[in-house]
Amino acid sequence: MTTFERANLRNGLLFCLPWLIGLSVFTLYPVVASLFYSFCDYSVLQAPVWSGTENYRRMWGDKVFWLSLKNTLFFAGLSLPLGMAVALALALLLNTGVRGLPVFRTIFYLPSIVPIVASSMLWLWIFNGQFGLLNSFLRPVLGSATPAWLADPQWAKPALVLMSLWGVGNSMVIYLAGLQNVPGELYEAAAIDGAGVWRKFWHVTLPLISPVIYFNLIMGIIGSLQVFTTVFAMTGGADGNPARSTLFYALYLFSTAFYDLRMGYACAMAWVLFVVIVVLTVVATKLMEKRVHYAS
Amino acid sequence: MRVNRLVSYGLLVGLSAVFLMPLAWLVSTSLKPVEQTMSLPPTWLPRAADGTIQPRWENYREALTSMGGQGAARVPFAVFLGNTLMVCVLGVIGAVLSNALVAYSFAKVKWPGRDKLFAVTLATMMVPFPVLMVPLYGVYRELGWIGTLTPLWAPAFFASAFNVFLMRQFFRTIPEELSEAARIDGCSEWQIFWQIILPLSKPVLAVVALFHFLWAWNDFMGPLLFLTRRNTLTLAVALQNFQSQAGGVQWHLLMAASAVVILPIIILFFFAQKTFIRGIATTGLKG
Repeated sequence: MTTFERANLRNGLLFCLPWLIGLSVFTLYPVVASLFYSFCDYSVLQAPVWSGTENYRRMWGDKVFWLSLKNTLFFAGLSLPLGMAVALALALLLNTGVRGLPVFRTIFYLPSIVPIVASSMLWLWIFNGQFGLLNSFLRPVLGSATPAWLADPQWAKPALVLMSLWGVGNSMVIYLAGLQNVPGELYEAAAIDGAGVWRKFWHVTLPLISPVIYFNLIMGIIGSLQVFTTVFAMTGGADGNPARSTLFYALYLFSTAFYDLRMGYACAMAWVLFVVIVVLTVVATKLMEKRVHYAS
Repeated sequence: MRVNRLVSYGLLVGLSAVFLMPLAWLVSTSLKPVEQTMSLPPTWLPRAADGTIQPRWENYREALTSMGGQGAARVPFAVFLGNTLMVCVLGVIGAVLSNALVAYSFAKVKWPGRDKLFAVTLATMMVPFPVLMVPLYGVYRELGWIGTLTPLWAPAFFASAFNVFLMRQFFRTIPEELSEAARIDGCSEWQIFWQIILPLSKPVLAVVALFHFLWAWNDFMGPLLFLTRRNTLTLAVALQNFQSQAGGVQWHLLMAASAVVILPIIILFFFAQKTFIRGIATTGLKG
C-alpha cells in the first residue's frame, strides 16, 4: 500500500466513523439480536432462554396473529392501489398545462405534511357518527343508515382507507416530477401517428413514468404493511377497536412486545413481517420488471 | 380543446375544495363554543349564544392549558413544545453533520471496502423498524436513555442509510476536478470537505434538514416507546394523550390543540416550499 492509499483509507474510515458506529450499534446488532430473540423465550425481566422454533410454530396456531395479518392485508390491498390511482390522477390533472399549477399542487400536497397525530384527531372528529362532517353530507342521502365509521367493525377499516387517500400528496409530487420529465416531442410524434388521448397515455406516458410507479409501489408496500400511528391514535391504543377490526400487524406486534412483554414472540413476528415485505417486493419487481422502462 | 380546459379547471377546483375541507373544518371547530360542536346539522361559522358570528379564540388558551393535565401534576404546554423543539433541532444538527461526513467518505474518498460497505448500507434500508425495535430498546436501556429525550435525537448523529444515499448522489455530481485542484494546492481532505464540497451542497443539506425536522416533529412511536414521564413528552404524544385522558372528548379544544401542532409545519412549508418539492421529487426519481 502506498502512502497515498494509506492516507485515503485513513480519511475514508474517519469520515465514515459516525456510520460505522451507527450501523453496528443501531442496525446490525439489533438485527442479529432480534433474530436470536425470535428463537427465545424472552420477557426482558429475565435473560432470554433458547426455545428453538417454538415462537414460529405458535404463530401458526395464533388466531389473533392471522387476524392481524388479514386486517393489514385488507387495508394495504385497498389503500395502496386506490392511493396510487388517486395520486396519479391528480398528477395527470396538474400536468395538463393548467395555470396556477403551484397553487393546486400546494393544496393537494399540504394534507400529507400535516403531523400524523393531528390529522388522526381531525379525522376522528370527521368520522364521528353523530356530529361528524362526513355523515352530515351523507345523512340527506342515507338517512339514518349512515355508518358509525370508526365505531363500527365493518366500517372502521374502510374509514382508515378513506383517510389515507387524503395524504397522497407525497406520491402525487413524485408522479408529477416523473410526468414533467417526459419529453414533449414524444407526444407530438404520437399525435402525428394518429394516437388519441388514451393511446398516448397507455403507450407514451405510462412506460416513461414506470420507474416512479415502481418506486411508489415499493414504498407503498413497505409503508402500508407497517401502519401504526394513525390506528393507535384513532382507535384508542393497540387493541384494534372496535372488536379487533383495526388490529393491524404492527399494533399486535407492539402490544405483544411492550404490554405482554413477550419479546421473543414479537421478534419472531417482526421477522415474519420482514419476510412478507421482501416476498411482496420481489413479486412486485418481477411483475414490473418487463414493464419498467429506464430512459438512460 | 376549450371544453377540456374547462373540465380540467372544474375538476381541480372541486378537488381542491375536497382536500381543503378537513382543514377548514378543523379551524372552524376550534373556534366554536362547545354547544355549537354538537348542533345538527353542523354549521361552519362560529357563533356566540345570541347568534352573532364570533370566533372563540379563548378555546386555544383553554386547550393549551388543559393539554398538560389537571392539578399539581399539570405540565405547561411550553414544556411539550420545548421537548419537541429540542428533539427536532438537535436531531437536525446531527443528521446534517453526520450524513454529510459519511456521504463524503462514500462519494469522494477512494478506499478499499468502500463499495461493499455502501452495498450493506443500502441493504439495511429494507429492514423494517419492528425488527430493530426490541433490541434497540435494550441498547437504549443499557445506555441509560430510557425515560429521557436522548434516544429521540442522539442516533441522528450516527447517520442513516437513506440520507447517506441522498447526499452521496448529490456529492457525486460535483466535478472531481475541484477536489483535485484543491489537493494540488495543498488542501487537506477536511478542508476540501468543509470549504469546497459543503458550500456547494446547500440544496441537499436543506432537504435533509427539513425532512429530519418534519420526521422528528411527527414521530409518535419513538416517544411512545422510550418516554415514561409526562413532563418529557413531545407534542405528538401529548396531543394523543389529551384525546384519550378526559372521558368525553371536547372536540373544540382537541381541534384547537391539533391546530397548534399543525401550524408550525404549515409555516415551515410556506417558507421552504421549493426545498420540499425538490426533495420529494429527487428522492422519487433517483430511488
